[in-house]
Amino acid sequence: MAWWKSLTRKKIFWPLIALGVLMLFNLFFTPNFFRFEIKEGHLYGNVIDILKNGAPIMLLAVGLTLVIATKGIDISVGSIVAISAGVVAMLIGGDLHGVPKYPIPYAMAAALVVSVMCGMWNGMLVARIGMQPVIATLILLVAGRGIAMVTTNAMIVWLYAKPFALLGQGYLLGLPFSIFIVAGLVLMTVIITRRTALGLFIESVGINPTAARFTGINAKNLIFWVYTFCGFCAGVSGLVVCSTVMSADGNNAGVGYEMDAILAVVLGGTSMNGGKFYLVGSMVGALIVQTLTTTIYAFGVPPEIAQVVKALVVWIVSLLQSKTFRSMFLGMFGKKELSV
Amino acid sequence: MKNGKKVLVVLVALMVLFSAAAMAAPKTWTVGFSQIGTESEWRTADTQSVTSAIGDDPTLVLIYSDAQQKQENQIKAIRTFIARKVNVILFTALVETGYGPVLQEAAKAKIPVIMIDRDVQKADRALRLTIMGSDFVKEGEKAGTWLADYLKKQGMDDGSKPINIVELQGTTGSAPAIDRKTGFANIMKQHANWQITRSQTGNFTTSEGKAVMEAFLKADKTIQVLYAHNDGMALGAIQAIKEAGLKPGKDIIVIGVDSVKGAFQAIVDGEMNCTVECNPLLGPQAVQAINDLRAGKKLPAKIDTIEGVFDATNAAAALPTRQY
Repeated sequence: MAWWKSLTRKKIFWPLIALGVLMLFNLFFTPNFFRFEIKEGHLYGNVIDILKNGAPIMLLAVGLTLVIATKGIDISVGSIVAISAGVVAMLIGGDLHGVPKYPIPYAMAAALVVSVMCGMWNGMLVARIGMQPVIATLILLVAGRGIAMVTTNAMIVWLYAKPFALLGQGYLLGLPFSIFIVAGLVLMTVIITRRTALGLFIESVGINPTAARFTGINAKNLIFWVYTFCGFCAGVSGLVVCSTVMSADGNNAGVGYEMDAILAVVLGGTSMNGGKFYLVGSMVGALIVQTLTTTIYAFGVPPEIAQVVKALVVWIVSLLQSKTFRSMFLGMFGKKELSV
Repeated sequence: MKNGKKVLVVLVALMVLFSAAAMAAPKTWTVGFSQIGTESEWRTADTQSVTSAIGDDPTLVLIYSDAQQKQENQIKAIRTFIARKVNVILFTALVETGYGPVLQEAAKAKIPVIMIDRDVQKADRALRLTIMGSDFVKEGEKAGTWLADYLKKQGMDDGSKPINIVELQGTTGSAPAIDRKTGFANIMKQHANWQITRSQTGNFTTSEGKAVMEAFLKADKTIQVLYAHNDGMALGAIQAIKEAGLKPGKDIIVIGVDSVKGAFQAIVDGEMNCTVECNPLLGPQAVQAINDLRAGKKLPAKIDTIEGVFDATNAAAALPTRQY
């Protein structure tokens, strides 16, 4: 039983179980859910859709994991997605023959610069001015949508520049290209935070900022850059969102994404109280959220009750995550040894 | 001194000219327009159409008020219109209820109120003159009628073989989603072999429309027709159909509502079959109604927007003139 004990103590265990249960449900009850086909030289199927459509939330969850680890929150990421999408779309332009107004790499770089500036704005309010993170990022949540609307002149901009479609619709080695962007960003973040002391610094600021300051960590600077990084991640996510539908909709792009991304981080095992963070857990959390959405579509849950079904599953997964609940539940069967 | 005299002469001449012009022109009417805000592309086009149509008519003066999605701002704006003694009020109601008292004040001041696009609740409808706007049920019916004609022309519908239709609904509970569903269902009743095999909300957005269609295509290989409650979702679904290795517009018939520019382009490219117009360009009709009112004509209780249906036969010709 020792291996079982050490397995269940791993933070990644419970999110993986939840994902597995969702997949099992689909295996038995949703016809053709796991069928793979080869279409035009790439893999095609519901599972591929989950990876592809989950990519924007996964990208957001990378930045948010670090923010939440510092005991902060960033609820403006959905609006930054809309701004990033708006900037890149306006710079590429809606030429019907697909001739970009500015070269596509420049347009993408400009969108990322604007997103990073949004992140810096949040970081400045939280770290320098000392606003509470929810309030500080609430400003950009509201104002950001206005900025996105102004950027796109309150119109939906349609893009016809084919090369830009690669980000959200393209394939590499038979898999969606966006998943490679996610993998790259996660790998980079894991290396930077785990191969250096940075991750430890972030966690210690989240657990006790005063103590962290006394040990010589510049907490204010650290928090500022973490929010800036979160803005960058939201910018990348915005590029993928824009490319997926080849259009930028200031009103609707990224609406509600902040909640899905926060949910992904929490499902992945990172506590809202800050401290220890689990990047890979957050990715699994994002996959749970996306699998749930795709399941609702594929299974054919009527739209009137879809939200209730979603809420129910999230509730169960959250209960599974809770140590107190698990020991209470197991306690009913007299297995007290797990409640350590 | 000489220069001063010259200026004086010019001034007097100008004044005579202006007063002559003023006498020649008919009496101007002041129009108060209370808009709810700028929540969508459709609304922006609507506001621009009404304000520019009134601006183009030299006999009309516009007082415009943007309520920024707040009812109290709208009530305040209408009170201001009444205090400034405007001749007619144009009004888009943010919500249906709560406008009774302020409409009563307008009625007492004998100022006619014309609703644009969104109406007030039934109990208050006696207080306004007329409503001008789109009939969402009719839009759904037009989509259904177009499909019936098209299937007949293509020889695809023999009246007994099932026709498999999937539906992308608008935001659950919104008036256009409910009514466009109802309108289409009305036409379905006349075709016993038509069946909606799958129906899910795409929230009127391109990205959700695409994601839902992706799932539909994997679960069901027999889809023949897609009916989307707006063009945005239809355009998203078209991308999903292409990714599935099928030809949108040929393997699957695609119908949308709204007639946005992107839909016209898709029809011209042969990837979409039909879009039912939901016209936000209400300006010219509003000005017509105001002028009728001024001439003492009686307005009908409901003024329907002039709306067309566009498909491969007329989309290419109309594309260059589309404004939104």
